[in-house]
Amino acid sequence: MKIGVPIDMPSTDEPVSSTFGRSKKFLIYDTDSKETRYIDNLAMNSQGGAGIKAAQVILDAGVDVLLTPQCGENAAKVLHESHVTLFQTTSGSAQYNIDQFLQGKLLKSGDFHGGYHGRQGEGGRHI
Amino acid sequence: MKIAVLSGKGGTGKTAIAANLAAVCDASMYVDCDVEAPNGNLLFTSSIQKTEPVYVKIPVIDAPQCNGCRACTEFCRFNALAFVSGNVMVFREICHSCGGCVLVCPTKAIAETRQEVGSIAYGTSKNIHVISGAMHIGIASGIPIIKELWNVIEAASEPVFIDCPPGSACSVMESMQHAEYCVLVAEPTVFGTDNLKMVHELVKLFQKPYGVVLNKCLKNEWNPAKEYCVQEGIPILCELPFDQKLAEIQSNGGLVVRKAKQYKNCFSELLKSIEKEVRHAAAVDS
Repeated sequence: MKIGVPIDMPSTDEPVSSTFGRSKKFLIYDTDSKETRYIDNLAMNSQGGAGIKAAQVILDAGVDVLLTPQCGENAAKVLHESHVTLFQTTSGSAQYNIDQFLQGKLLKSGDFHGGYHGRQGEGGRHI
Repeated sequence: MKIAVLSGKGGTGKTAIAANLAAVCDASMYVDCDVEAPNGNLLFTSSIQKTEPVYVKIPVIDAPQCNGCRACTEFCRFNALAFVSGNVMVFREICHSCGGCVLVCPTKAIAETRQEVGSIAYGTSKNIHVISGAMHIGIASGIPIIKELWNVIEAASEPVFIDCPPGSACSVMESMQHAEYCVLVAEPTVFGTDNLKMVHELVKLFQKPYGVVLNKCLKNEWNPAKEYCVQEGIPILCELPFDQKLAEIQSNGGLVVRKAKQYKNCFSELLKSIEKEVRHAAAVDS
């Protein structure tokens, strides 16, 4: 099984990135080979639809389980369609969250926020 | 003459100023580009003659034709397409209708369908054409509707007053980028002045000639927006008072130039100043 975690620095001691779509990297941990590798999040600087592209990166890496603090609705659609299961991280390092997940202590994510598209940068409208 | 009326924050008086300017012309067009919340038509006792839908094109995938090459998902800079479990998924609300995916598909597996995103209402109020764009609920971007409104604006021979959305984001740029002159409306508050600075930056970026209308001015009170204009050398077109009478007429859905003589004179003067500025800008340009 391959576990994916959004992360900003390539180290298991680093905290989980606070964002999924625009995290700098993804940590991929293979529970069978016990190998850890880091891949770039190609969506990091996207103009829009970062969540969708980040989800594409995750599923192209063959990830089965994604540990993330949050995930947009569109990214969740992509991940759900490709049978990637999402678990909600808690504060702490990537390693801590992976351990928590392996011990069955992380909760499956159910609530996804609706994304930011069209809800920011509109000047005075939402002030 | 195509005049865009804009402001950094909502509620400064864009709609009142655009609508009343249109009303003091012999013949004119008022266009509401605030497609998220169009309300200019409330000030005109206009009869809507027709409403036309606005569509955008959205890709549809013919799955059996798709060879999974991903040319489309890689091409889309908005990431509106994903390749999932052997199929291309389309995210309609992210798509910008550029048609690029159709062009790059080597197996012609992508066609386009149309999606209705809003509408444009056409009405008249005396000798004013009142045009109003509105987005449908749940649609992410009003840009296609503003683009369509600009087709109407370009075709008009009479002076056009464009009521822009508030702020300085994409929808504002789309509304003002082809205007000949920009009127910035500002409130005498610190917050209002900060927002004025944002639209001031925007009109400078687009190299538009512009002037400011200072609205809701209080007698003998500090006006930070005026201070900013003086400091920056921004032409002040006129100062409108903070007047209960004006608010009452507006709240009853009326145009102040039709109900109060002093405002008719005031807006006629404002129109003259704008016309002069536009002529001046055109002369400098040529």
